[in-house]
Amino acid sequence: MPGRSARRSGRAWVPYAYLAPALVVYGVFLLFPIGRAAQFSFFEWDGLGESTFVGLDNYVTVFQDGRLLEAFGHAFVLIFFFSILPLGIGLLAAGVLNRAQVRGLGFFRTVLFLPQVIAMVVVAVAWRQIYAPDGVLNGALRAVGLGHLTRPWLGDYTFTLPAVGLVGTWVATGLVIVLMLAGMSKIPREHYEAARLDGAGALREFLAVTLPAVRGEITVALTLTIIAALKTFDLVYVTTRGGPGTSTTVPSYEIYRRAFETGDVGLATAVGVVLTLVVLVITAVINRIGDRS
Amino acid sequence: MNRRNRTLLSGIGAGTLVVALAACAPGAGGTSDPDTDTGAISTDISGVEDMTLTVWDQETRGGQNEQMEQLNAAFEEKYPNITIERNSQSFDDLATTLRLALTGNDAPDVVQANNGRNSMGAFVEAGQLRPLDDYAAEYGWTDRYSENVLQYSTYGEEGAVFGEGELYGLPQVGEVVGVFYSKAKLAELGLEVPETWADFEDAVEAASADGPALQLGNIEQWPAGHVFGPIQGQYVDAADVTALGLGNPGASWTSQDNVDAAAELQDWVEAGYFNEGVNGTDYDAAWQAFGSGDGTFLMGGSWLAADLEDAMGDDVGFFAPARDDGTIATTGGTGLPFTVTSAAENSDVAAAYIDFITSDEAMEVLAETGNLPVNRTAELAPSDGVLADVYAVFGEVTESGELLPYLDYATPTFGDTLGQALQDLIDGRVDPEAFTEQLETDYAGFTSGDE
Repeated sequence: MPGRSARRSGRAWVPYAYLAPALVVYGVFLLFPIGRAAQFSFFEWDGLGESTFVGLDNYVTVFQDGRLLEAFGHAFVLIFFFSILPLGIGLLAAGVLNRAQVRGLGFFRTVLFLPQVIAMVVVAVAWRQIYAPDGVLNGALRAVGLGHLTRPWLGDYTFTLPAVGLVGTWVATGLVIVLMLAGMSKIPREHYEAARLDGAGALREFLAVTLPAVRGEITVALTLTIIAALKTFDLVYVTTRGGPGTSTTVPSYEIYRRAFETGDVGLATAVGVVLTLVVLVITAVINRIGDRS
Repeated sequence: MNRRNRTLLSGIGAGTLVVALAACAPGAGGTSDPDTDTGAISTDISGVEDMTLTVWDQETRGGQNEQMEQLNAAFEEKYPNITIERNSQSFDDLATTLRLALTGNDAPDVVQANNGRNSMGAFVEAGQLRPLDDYAAEYGWTDRYSENVLQYSTYGEEGAVFGEGELYGLPQVGEVVGVFYSKAKLAELGLEVPETWADFEDAVEAASADGPALQLGNIEQWPAGHVFGPIQGQYVDAADVTALGLGNPGASWTSQDNVDAAAELQDWVEAGYFNEGVNGTDYDAAWQAFGSGDGTFLMGGSWLAADLEDAMGDDVGFFAPARDDGTIATTGGTGLPFTVTSAAENSDVAAAYIDFITSDEAMEVLAETGNLPVNRTAELAPSDGVLADVYAVFGEVTESGELLPYLDYATPTFGDTLGQALQDLIDGRVDPEAFTEQLETDYAGFTSGDE
């Protein structure tokens, strides 16, 4: 029908008009700030007075400042606690739950997912109490005769970063389990039957049938949790403020500190840009591996 | 706590925007216009046309908020032509938003700015605050205030010098760091209230015989500074502490005095005078533990007095040990000073407001609402309770002793440097020499102009 196609082309702008409100919001509140931040990163600016264009100096500093490198190092340690550990626990737990056909699965799923629903600040305040020298954790250790293991968990140079990381594990594990359960529920029962007929045990079944089937879910889980690990701010801000010493500093906390406390806006935005790029690269790599099937 | 940086939300199209934005450098045009007043100032504002005075303060808590409301109402009653628009935020929120507010097109007239170099110092350097010397002369502020107090709102040479130069603001309240103690526990040990530092050391040792005498929660990193400060006041010359604390050249952290002070703090930790796990304990948890009967002493600031009195009633007292010469040198300072922005619509009105809320009558309101007035402290002191002790100590320190600055005023980064170094020192990861070297690096780097 020639008339209809003509009418269509005449209204080519209509879809854009529908999109316009969202695009404007996206541009004003997201693209514009990102662009400004990227621009600031080429200046030395205290947030108050005149600024000086310094080219790439701030980026050079990012890779030379020991404190910042340390912060990035901590963020990579957190990836283990926020992503790798929950993924391991999540796969195992979901595999067991899926095989055993537990009654009341819906209930467990809800309980496991709850940490995701609670605001991170609330989580951090609660864990701060748990980790206190006379808190629940040390109390429990003493109660079972492991008093020699007690320590100020958030004031110990060796154990504070793992302690903070385990809070992340606690939060992320529920999300990963729910994702994995969803993925596994899609696997046709016949696949397991076939594997069993071929003489596969539980482990073999898991590796040959379950794991390949949830590849997509693993990709999603890793992407979400790694981003969460790299952008961690509230958890550190509330529990340790980077301490003791500098043993739990993370890039986002350094950005906040430099931009708002020490008046080093240029360097702070440079760290932000670098962190954004790191996140983009890591998620791109994960998705590439995940899609290659 | 929504401060996660937005740059994380990825957007690849941003690159194109950068080009478009390159023409407008940050900070350009953001500086406030210089005051349009032409020299002549006036202390009589009753004839000023109807206007609104915008005030940003951080007096959000109980008695603080109450005194502010009372004084603002009294000011509006006295000058019906002026309406006060008050914007009150917590200390942390104010610190992070003030930078943006001052550079905005609609900057407030009067703001409460923290004394240190990363706040007031930075604002002075950027020309965003108005020097108040002319008003100080008219209103007689130098008679009203002790010089000890005013130095903390004084900057010279466009922010390069702290502690002398031009006056930029006036505080309402005082703060002093000393020692809270439990009267019952001290009596149990058969001890008098320590008068000198040596007495205090002996008392701490005696009180630690069955359990730590001192409570300290240092997870936040800054609380240990309020223990180190008074110790440093005993060992180091007040002029040196002031130079170090204000980030002015002429002193050194690596002096033997400072090493000795650091060694004393570390010895105390090693001798078991403090509760276990200082670096992993909350500041609030520590003073609450003291309030509920743990320990004999708590080194802390006067701001804890009201809460401790609620918890301990008559049992709590407050003192500051004297140096060998009988005078008291301890960390302290003032509440955040009220300053006039250079963008203020009418600086006469702004100055009149600051004069009003720091007047002798205002000090009475402050005392009635449970605050520690910075002036007339001794005469307004309550007759009993821990606040009477606090008033007495503050009065003595400002009049005959030395009010030593908070050490984190020194450089924009010194709060972090000091906090981390103190955690290292308490943990025993560094010795006193290495501790002072960490601090010297920051201080010397700043005073030599490298930063």
